[in-house]
Amino acid sequence: MAALSGNLLYVAFFLYLAATITFAVSVTGRKWRDKAGEMTGNKWGFIGYLLSVAASLFAIGYFITRWVHAGHAPVSNMFEYMTFLGIAIGLAFNVIYAIYRSNVLGMFTLPIVMLIVAYASLFPREVEPLIPALQSSWLTIHVITVALGQGVLSIGMAAGLVYLVRTLDFTKANKRTRAFEFVMYSLISLVGFILIGYLFNAMNYEATFNYVNEQDVETQMEYNLPPLVGPNEGELITENRMEPFFNAPAIIRSNDLNTVIWSLISGLILYVALRLILRKRIGGAIQPLLKGVSPQAVDEVSYRAIAIGFPIFALGGLIFAMIWAQIAWSRFWGWDPKEVWALVTFLFYAAYLHLRLSRGWQGERSAWLCVIGFAIIMFNLVFVNLVIAGLHSYA
Amino acid sequence: MKKVTCECGHKNPHGTEICESCGKPIEENLEQKKLLDMRYEGVARRSQTYTTTIIDKIWMFFSSVKVGIWLIVLTLLASALGTLFPQEMYIPPTANPSIYYAEEYGYLGEIYYLLGLHNLYSSWWYMLLVAGLGVSLIIASLDRVVPLHRALKTQRVTRHTNFMKRQRVFGTSSISQEEVDSTFSKVRERLEANKYKISEENGNFVAEKGRFARWGPYVNHIGLILFLIGCMLRYFPGMYIDEHVWIREGDQVVVPGTDGQYYIANDRFLLEFYDENDEIFGEAIERSGSPVVKNFQTDARLYERTDADTVGDLGELVEVAEHPIRVNFPMSHDGFNFYQLDYKLNELKTMSFTLENKETGDTFGRMDIDLYDPEPSYDLGDGHEVIIRDYFPDYFLNNDDVPSTRSKIPDNPVFIFEMITPETPEGEVSFVGIRQNLEPLGENDYKMTFVDVETNNVTALGVRKDRTLPILIAGGVIFMIGLIQGSYWAHRRIWVQRISGDVWIAGHTNKNWLTLRKDIDEAIKETNLKSPLDQVEEKEKEVEVPNQTNKNED
Ligand code: HEM
Repeated sequence: MAALSGNLLYVAFFLYLAATITFAVSVTGRKWRDKAGEMTGNKWGFIGYLLSVAASLFAIGYFITRWVHAGHAPVSNMFEYMTFLGIAIGLAFNVIYAIYRSNVLGMFTLPIVMLIVAYASLFPREVEPLIPALQSSWLTIHVITVALGQGVLSIGMAAGLVYLVRTLDFTKANKRTRAFEFVMYSLISLVGFILIGYLFNAMNYEATFNYVNEQDVETQMEYNLPPLVGPNEGELITENRMEPFFNAPAIIRSNDLNTVIWSLISGLILYVALRLILRKRIGGAIQPLLKGVSPQAVDEVSYRAIAIGFPIFALGGLIFAMIWAQIAWSRFWGWDPKEVWALVTFLFYAAYLHLRLSRGWQGERSAWLCVIGFAIIMFNLVFVNLVIAGLHSYA
Repeated sequence: MKKVTCECGHKNPHGTEICESCGKPIEENLEQKKLLDMRYEGVARRSQTYTTTIIDKIWMFFSSVKVGIWLIVLTLLASALGTLFPQEMYIPPTANPSIYYAEEYGYLGEIYYLLGLHNLYSSWWYMLLVAGLGVSLIIASLDRVVPLHRALKTQRVTRHTNFMKRQRVFGTSSISQEEVDSTFSKVRERLEANKYKISEENGNFVAEKGRFARWGPYVNHIGLILFLIGCMLRYFPGMYIDEHVWIREGDQVVVPGTDGQYYIANDRFLLEFYDENDEIFGEAIERSGSPVVKNFQTDARLYERTDADTVGDLGELVEVAEHPIRVNFPMSHDGFNFYQLDYKLNELKTMSFTLENKETGDTFGRMDIDLYDPEPSYDLGDGHEVIIRDYFPDYFLNNDDVPSTRSKIPDNPVFIFEMITPETPEGEVSFVGIRQNLEPLGENDYKMTFVDVETNNVTALGVRKDRTLPILIAGGVIFMIGLIQGSYWAHRRIWVQRISGDVWIAGHTNKNWLTLRKDIDEAIKETNLKSPLDQVEEKEKEVEVPNQTNKNED
């Protein structure tokens, strides 16, 4: 069952890849259509959609088989939650595509799904036992709803990106193009991190340090990437490993910092290489492909996604979360960092809706807000979980 | 205030921008080409009409969405700031915050503490922000919902040409006069099939759908207000009980917060771990390196005191509930909920000593000291007696180097014994703790020798009674209903009119313009009417034309 579940996820991953390529063809493959003399663009889009739906079905297959195998919903650690978030984005895309038939949205959304699923796989993948606080159907309902809500909200971000690529003037160097390139660089860093992660995972790389933690206790820390930064008073005890260039102070989790540095460097290398090959800003290189996209239309898709996702997120991230907290911890709200960041996300999108509705923040401003909103979601998921870690012990 | 009479005869309240009835823009140059600002149907709102007194100014301030957004953003930033370092409730309970933050987080931590950010969410200014949000919600909603409701009720079918022209979705078609009637009925039918409600007047009609979605925001704001009120009620006495009890296994204690009405007993405390060789979880348990708790539970029994007949009579305890309490499975009785929160294994319960003659090694008797409730003295027979001069259940030396205790929990018990024997009738003093045996007043002949210790498991239960929950639940439910109502439906109107021989179509929606246009196109399919254009989109295209080379269907 465990093996079957893993394989279903692999198949889903490659179907997402196939769907991405198909959507890219449908958006960019104008020349082929010209030769055939007919509108095949739409047909490619439809095939892409079928592939995306198939990918979702396989992904749900992974989810159900893993659930049966573990005896609890597979949303209880970082790998499981991240993977499910990826699946949720894919599902949300299927729904929004059914309304708006936007091929370019598939070309932007599905790579993000793949990135998230690949990133998830870098976390430990064993089925973990649930501690008593997590043994609750309300928790399952809460987490699944949150992920679905975040999935739909992410579509808003993808459509926002399309809007920005479509409308920004990439021939100029200004705040906006720089900000956009920064978004691209962040995504590329994630790619870099995943590649490096897989590389060293495949080599079974491990380096262990003795070090002194923030409570002045001597203990050990394990690295899965070559240590550029060592832990506080770290002493390498694995043989044939590189020595770190310097040691981090005790309050910083140095192996996480090391990972961050690795992804920033690899992202930088990839980004510079891309810029050299393209001889343009990344956004400027994609822009010509989107000539035929109506900015109005993607703007509406983006808003529609937020309008659909916000109630789901509010229900899952606040209301169901409160019900669970009331039953498990005896109080519905405890100002735990994860809770606070769910509230921050909620308030952020509430502000977005009011700005849009009453102050006319449409188009570009709205697109930037969607990108920031997604950044907040990822921050809550990754940073708050791994670094500020509260009660919700995924990880 | 004076009313404004429109040429259609409708009397509008002062401050109206678009006639509530026919839609003619009021008191402005009719030749203007700009799109009408259809927000709130152009109704007169109190905040824009009355602007002189202090109350008007306050009303204007809180009804402004700009202010509302600022309040939301400030609350957001403040909330995020509070997660920079842990709040006071999450630092170790024994830590002194004035030292802890500086020590753990350095200079920034010290500032964090000095600014009071370690208790941010209960600070007066955070509460003020949230209260401001509540006030703003109430006023902004009232300011809009009443006139909006009136305008939507009084709207007429036939609209002024100027109103039609200046809608975002607008188009005219010239069709032959014979066609007009059949076209109109075809369009009507198709719109009706698409669940639009049609109202007709003088051969013109308006198709409307989803008006109730317009109330969504107000319903959800009411839910939010109710929720905030519920949270506020918590600060009134009697609404909310939040207590914590530690109960030893086999013991029974009064339930705090009930004035002695209830007693709760811990019949058994149970702690279970996952099997390390578990087929499914084994691998993960091995990686985590320590056993993983599967369950902890208290088999609890609740007693209620029966009514006492006479003053001074405490009544009798009657069992009213028996239930295993586990995490996620609290016990409920009479509005009280009992939660499994924590536990402590092997807490010291009794310590046993004997009195020993240091020289001969002879021992005399045995004393078992109940660490929760020691006797003042123990008679060991044959004239041997040990008096407990002082007892520190959780011993430490305080700032003045005086022995003291941190709590009544015997985590580090220390005794000062006075040993009286026939040989030493004036008594000898010894200071005895775990692995400690000192003679503070000089060399003794006798000593207290440790014999045995007994331990006990202790469970921690939370006792809660929350009368605000029904309000919070109502608030949450109303909020969700309003949110869904406003988000998953849109208010759409399509006006179709005959004007100087042509057919004019105008459309308005509060969101999702593409869908509105799709609805219109669907309705005029198979007629000779031209699809109306989105004037915002057209303008955008005009700007873009120079660098537009290729057009794709996407
Ligand atoms: C966290 C708190 C709040 C939440 C969750 C919230 C939620 C919402 C939602 C979901 C909408 C509908 C938006 C749409 O349809 O796109 C809305 C509309 C609105 N909100 Fe709020 N809101 C909040 C606070 C406020 C505050 C403080 C104000 C005060 C100025 C305010 C004033 C408005 C107004 C005027 C509308 C438009 C109503 C209409 O179009 O008829 N909201 N709100």
